[in-house]
Amino acid sequence: MRNWLALAVIAALLAALPLVGNNYALRLAATVCMYSVMAQSWNFIGGLAGYPSFATAAFFGLGAYASAILQNHGVPMVPAWACAGLAALLFAAFLGGAILHLRGHYFAIASLIVAEMLREIVNTLPDFTGGGKGMNLPLLNLSVTGQAQFFFYSMLALAVLTVASAIVLHRSKLGFGLRCIQQNESAADIIGINTYAYKTAGFSLSAVFVGVSGAIYASWVNYIDPPDVFDVLISVKPMVMVLLGGLGTIFGPSIGAVILLLLEEAVWRNFLTIHVAALGVIIVVLVLFLPNGLLALIRERFPAKAMAK
Amino acid sequence: MIYLQIAANGLVLGGLYACIAVGFSLVWGVLNVINILHGSFIVLGSYVAYFAYVHLGIHPFISIVIAGGVLYALGYLVQVGIINRVVSAPVLITLTLTFGLDLILNNTMLVAFTADYRGITLAHPLGSLEIGPVFLPGDRVAAMALAILLTILLYRLLRDSSIGRAIIAVRMDREAAELMGVDVKRINAITFAIGAFMAGAAGALLSIIFPISPLNGPVFLGKAFVVCVLGGLGSVPGGLLLGVIESFTSYWLGPERAVTVSFALLLVLLFVRPSGLMGRRGYE
Repeated sequence: MRNWLALAVIAALLAALPLVGNNYALRLAATVCMYSVMAQSWNFIGGLAGYPSFATAAFFGLGAYASAILQNHGVPMVPAWACAGLAALLFAAFLGGAILHLRGHYFAIASLIVAEMLREIVNTLPDFTGGGKGMNLPLLNLSVTGQAQFFFYSMLALAVLTVASAIVLHRSKLGFGLRCIQQNESAADIIGINTYAYKTAGFSLSAVFVGVSGAIYASWVNYIDPPDVFDVLISVKPMVMVLLGGLGTIFGPSIGAVILLLLEEAVWRNFLTIHVAALGVIIVVLVLFLPNGLLALIRERFPAKAMAK
Repeated sequence: MIYLQIAANGLVLGGLYACIAVGFSLVWGVLNVINILHGSFIVLGSYVAYFAYVHLGIHPFISIVIAGGVLYALGYLVQVGIINRVVSAPVLITLTLTFGLDLILNNTMLVAFTADYRGITLAHPLGSLEIGPVFLPGDRVAAMALAILLTILLYRLLRDSSIGRAIIAVRMDREAAELMGVDVKRINAITFAIGAFMAGAAGALLSIIFPISPLNGPVFLGKAFVVCVLGGLGSVPGGLLLGVIESFTSYWLGPERAVTVSFALLLVLLFVRPSGLMGRRGYE
C-alpha cells in the first residue's frame, strides 16, 4: 500500500511540472521517465532474476523502428506505439526461448550480439528501413511547448505504468519465482518453479515497456538512425541506474535514473567531448565502492526508514 | 578457382582473427572475466605501431614488441589496481566494470587521436605471393604468419613455463591453486597483462591491413566473441573458420552482410551448444 501511495504522490508531483518548469525542465523530466522505464524494465530480468541482459538497446531500437515503419505506412501514432510494444514483447518471447538457457557470460554475450545484429539488419535493408540514412517520422501539428508537454506526459504515463507493473510483480508469484531463480536456479527448478517459463515471462516483460519507450522516443525526436537507437550505451545505462539505485528494489531503478540523468547532464553541459569517459568513471567508482547502490548507504544510516523491498 | 582464392583470403584474415581472440579467451578462461576492453586494447596497439612507423620509421612487424610491451604494462596496472578488487564478483559486476573501463579508454583515444581513420602505407611492401592460381599480398601473409607464430608461442608459454603452469592451474581450480601456493592475484595480473600483450601485438599486425580508429574497437571485440564461441579456447581453428566464413559470405551475399551472418552463426551456435563449442565442464 505504501508503495502505491508513494507512486501516486510522485506521479502527481511530476504531472504538475508543466505549471512551473520551462521546456528544458520538461525535456529533462521526459528523459528521466524514459530512463526510469529502461531501468525498471532491466530490473525485471537483471535485478530480480539475476540475468545480465544487454538486450535493452535491441528492444528500444526494435520499438523505434517498428513504430516508425508503421507510421510511414499510415498507421496513426498511438496505435503504432502500442504495436511497437507488442513487437518488442513477441521478439523477447521468441529470443528468450532461444538464449535464456544460457547462463552468465554466454547469456550476456548473446544478448549483446542481438542488438548489434538488429542494427546490421536495419543497415542492410535500405528499402524497408532507410538503412544507414535513417528514417523520418511524421511531424506533430503542435506548438513547441505543446510537443514538449505531450511527450513529457506520454513518457510519464509509461513510466508510471512500468513502476506499477514493478509493484505488482514484486508481490506476485512471478516475482517470487524470479528471485528464487536469482538465488539458485537449480534449486528453484527442483522446488517446482518452471524456470524456463518464468525467465521467458520476465524477459518479455522487460521488453514491452522499453519497446514503447523507443517508439515514443522516435516520435519525439522525429528522426532515427541505427547508431542512435541501437547504441550499446542504451543497454549499459539501465544497469548503471539499477546499480546506483539498488538491485531488485522497487523504487531503486527510478531513483538511479534520476541520479544518472543529473550526473550526465552536468557532465554533458560542461565537458561535452569526454562525457562518455565520465560515464565510464561513474561505472568504475560505482562498481568498486558502492556495489549495493546508493540506497544501501542510506539504509545503513537510517535503518528505520528502510525502503520497502 | 575463384573459390580457392576466396578460401586463401579467408585463411589469411583468419590467422589475424585468431590472434585477436587468443588474449580475449585466455582472460575469459582464467579470470572468468569478459574483457570488454579488448577491442580498445587492439586499437591502442595499432596506434602505437602507427606512431612508431610515422615518427620513428619502425616497421609494424617490429612494433609488435613495442605495442605488446606498452599494453602489457597497461593491462598489468588495470588488473592490479582495479579488476582484482572484484574479480570473483558475479558476472554483472565484472562485465559492467570492464565496460566502464572501455568507455574511459575509448573516449580518451577519441580525444587524443580523433576519430579520423588512419592507415599505414608501407614504404617497402613485400609484393605479392603467387601460389598456383592464388595470389596473396606478401605483407598480409607475413602478418598472418606472425599472428599464428605469436599464438603458438603463447601456447608453449602456457605449457612449458612455471608461470604458464600456474596460469593453467588457476584456470582449472582457483581455490586449489591457491592452496598449492600459487599467488592467484599475481597470476590474475600476469594473465590479464598477457591478454593485453596479445591485443597490442594483434593491433600492430592489423595496422597494415585495417584502417585505424577508436571506432573499430567494438568491431574487433565482436570478432573476438565470435571466434571464442566458434573455436572455444583453441582460437586458431575458430579464427581460421571465421575468416573463411566471412570471406565466402562477402563473396556470396556482399561484404555488408558478413558481420550479420557471423553474429547469426554465433547465436545459432549458442542455441545449439549452450556453452559454446568448447563446452568446458563447470563453466556455464
